[in-house]
Amino acid sequence: MAQRGDGRRPTSVALFATCVADFASPGPARAAVEVLERLGVRVVVPAAQTCCGQPALNSGYPREARSLARRWVRLFEPYEAVVGPSGSCVATVHHHYPRILTGPWRDRARAVAERTWEFTQFVAAFGGDLPLRLDTTVTYHDSCHMLRSLGEAEAPRAVLSRIDGLRLVEMADPDTCCGFGGTFSAKLGEVSGAMGGAKLRQAADTGARELVSADSGCLLHLQARADATGGSARTRHIAELVRDAMQPEASA
Amino acid sequence: MSAEVGFRPEPFPVAARTALADAQLRRNLGKATTTIRAKRAQVVGELDDWEALREAGRALKERVLRHLDDYLEQLEESVTQAGGHVHWARDAAEANRIVAEIVTGHGEREVVKVKSLTTDETGLNEALAAAGVSAWETDLAELIVQLGRDASSHILVPAIHKSRAEIRELFLRTLDVDELTDEPTELAGAARAHLRRKFLSARVGVSGVNFALADSGTVCVVESEGNGRMCVTLPDVLVSVMGIEKVVPTWRDLEVFLQLLPRSSTGERMNPYTSFWTGVADGDGPQEFHLVLLDNGRTDVLADRIGRQTLNCIRCSACLNVCPVYERTGGHAYRSVYPGPIGAILTPQLQGIDRAGSLPFASTLCGACYEVCPVKIDIPEVLVHLRARVVEHAAGTRPVPGPEALSMRALGWVFADRRRYEAAQRAARAGSVTISRHGRIRRLPGPLAAWTEGRDAPTVARQSFRQWWAARGGAR
Repeated sequence: MAQRGDGRRPTSVALFATCVADFASPGPARAAVEVLERLGVRVVVPAAQTCCGQPALNSGYPREARSLARRWVRLFEPYEAVVGPSGSCVATVHHHYPRILTGPWRDRARAVAERTWEFTQFVAAFGGDLPLRLDTTVTYHDSCHMLRSLGEAEAPRAVLSRIDGLRLVEMADPDTCCGFGGTFSAKLGEVSGAMGGAKLRQAADTGARELVSADSGCLLHLQARADATGGSARTRHIAELVRDAMQPEASA
Repeated sequence: MSAEVGFRPEPFPVAARTALADAQLRRNLGKATTTIRAKRAQVVGELDDWEALREAGRALKERVLRHLDDYLEQLEESVTQAGGHVHWARDAAEANRIVAEIVTGHGEREVVKVKSLTTDETGLNEALAAAGVSAWETDLAELIVQLGRDASSHILVPAIHKSRAEIRELFLRTLDVDELTDEPTELAGAARAHLRRKFLSARVGVSGVNFALADSGTVCVVESEGNGRMCVTLPDVLVSVMGIEKVVPTWRDLEVFLQLLPRSSTGERMNPYTSFWTGVADGDGPQEFHLVLLDNGRTDVLADRIGRQTLNCIRCSACLNVCPVYERTGGHAYRSVYPGPIGAILTPQLQGIDRAGSLPFASTLCGACYEVCPVKIDIPEVLVHLRARVVEHAAGTRPVPGPEALSMRALGWVFADRRRYEAAQRAARAGSVTISRHGRIRRLPGPLAAWTEGRDAPTVARQSFRQWWAARGGAR
């Protein structure tokens, strides 16, 4: 599990909400705010944030991506820590920024990446005292960039294991791509849908009530596939799951 | 740059759609790749120094590429000293001409072949046929492809798309057999009887090369069936065609590669047959040996700082077996002898972006290929790099930017400014409400339509995260 910073809990964090939260899926960013505040952290949301640049980079527009990367670094570097509810977007900061930026920008990107956490990494590190309870059975989908670019498989599972009443049942291949792949899902819609179908079948085979992941992109794609094919699958972002597992403030 | 034979120049999305509709193909592929993935994972898991071996393989290949000119000249000298002949071929046509001239120069009309991707790449069989020479494939899967007038769909298992029942039917139709079940031993027996006649009659053998040692001039071919051993020992004349990146400095380097290759490709600790030969030896094996060094676009790949790691490839096919896209589409959709993730980066670099520009987009960038690559080719990194080259190429050939370039540039403009970004959110929300019915969007307009094939579109949330945050009076 990745360790960042000096091990002390930051007093305030900037929320890296992601453009997916702004355009399609606001729930996970909201949930992340609520969980972070319950951890006693002051949350700020830099209003000028837009997109980390990953869609541009992966579509073959490195110039646009570099410009958005520099913009992101400039915006988030004043903060003590940054937390994002997306393994993929956080991986862009950690993995891609140092590769696409050069000179002083690369150093600045590395420095802010050091303080940038994916949501479950932060909760796994500092959420030990948070009472969590939710009676449910879930299966966890490793999103590809979180797993392979950020190198994080442990933190989300550690967070899930802290929720009383929750049972995690692993799929046969939790680390196989769900077929989203950003623009891939539009360029190769049928292949993407077939991959999503296979993921949903594996999830159903576990008997879990819901499929949980740390990336809204994967979840939007999987839920859309399930809805269109009449499947009964329910997907939930792990930040929303943790928020829903929080006990009422009075008893906390 | 060569045109590859047997493939229509269809873009990947079109070809993938056809493949996806073939249920039998998907069953065959799913079964085969699942089995081989499990075998690989098991034998790789046995080695506690696997990561160190991968790093050693990568570093060795990188050194070879950095000093490629020196190693190739050293190889030429060593092979020549050992009594072999070395030929340099700029492209596929030149390589094919050299091989055809050697065969016809001996008055021969047929050759036996060891499975070789390099000669598939050059279209050697077709070139030999044009020169009046029959080339007989002797690897079982290559034979199946050849008899069926089919095309290879996998680097290691060219007939992976065929079931046993389909192979039985093919053999009954094309080989001299009356009765046959679909038991693997019976199928192999029928092929063996056919091939033995060819091994004993052909006077020229043609092979590819897995490794060639610069310091001794020794050439190595790795295989599973023993057909390769027959081809490189029985004929009087042996011609081996190798891509220039296949040279390695010395014997000791094989310690690394001969551990990496079999475990990654067939999931075996060691492959059954590993043949080495050094030039010619009096009265033992072929008495004439030719080594053809093929460029065919490789020096262009070498000149690309990010793309050059593609030349590390030892053709193990582990990336195909783990790729969820390949598992759905099969190899034919890539329209190249190099399919799957490695093909998606190698083919556009060898053939040119203009001929294979859809391939770098045939991936979700999931990175499973990089994880298993025994020589650590960062395939997602090269894919993204090539996507940028495709975009650049399109910008250079179009009089006005295409719709994607326009929308991407527009997105860059919107994302660069908070007010424009928030205005775009409002517009998206309004648009989403306009086209949705009962809260669902079943069909998106324009270039986004592909998303709604087999999926609903997500509707834009009624209250954006920003509105919620502002309503809450949150700090900024």
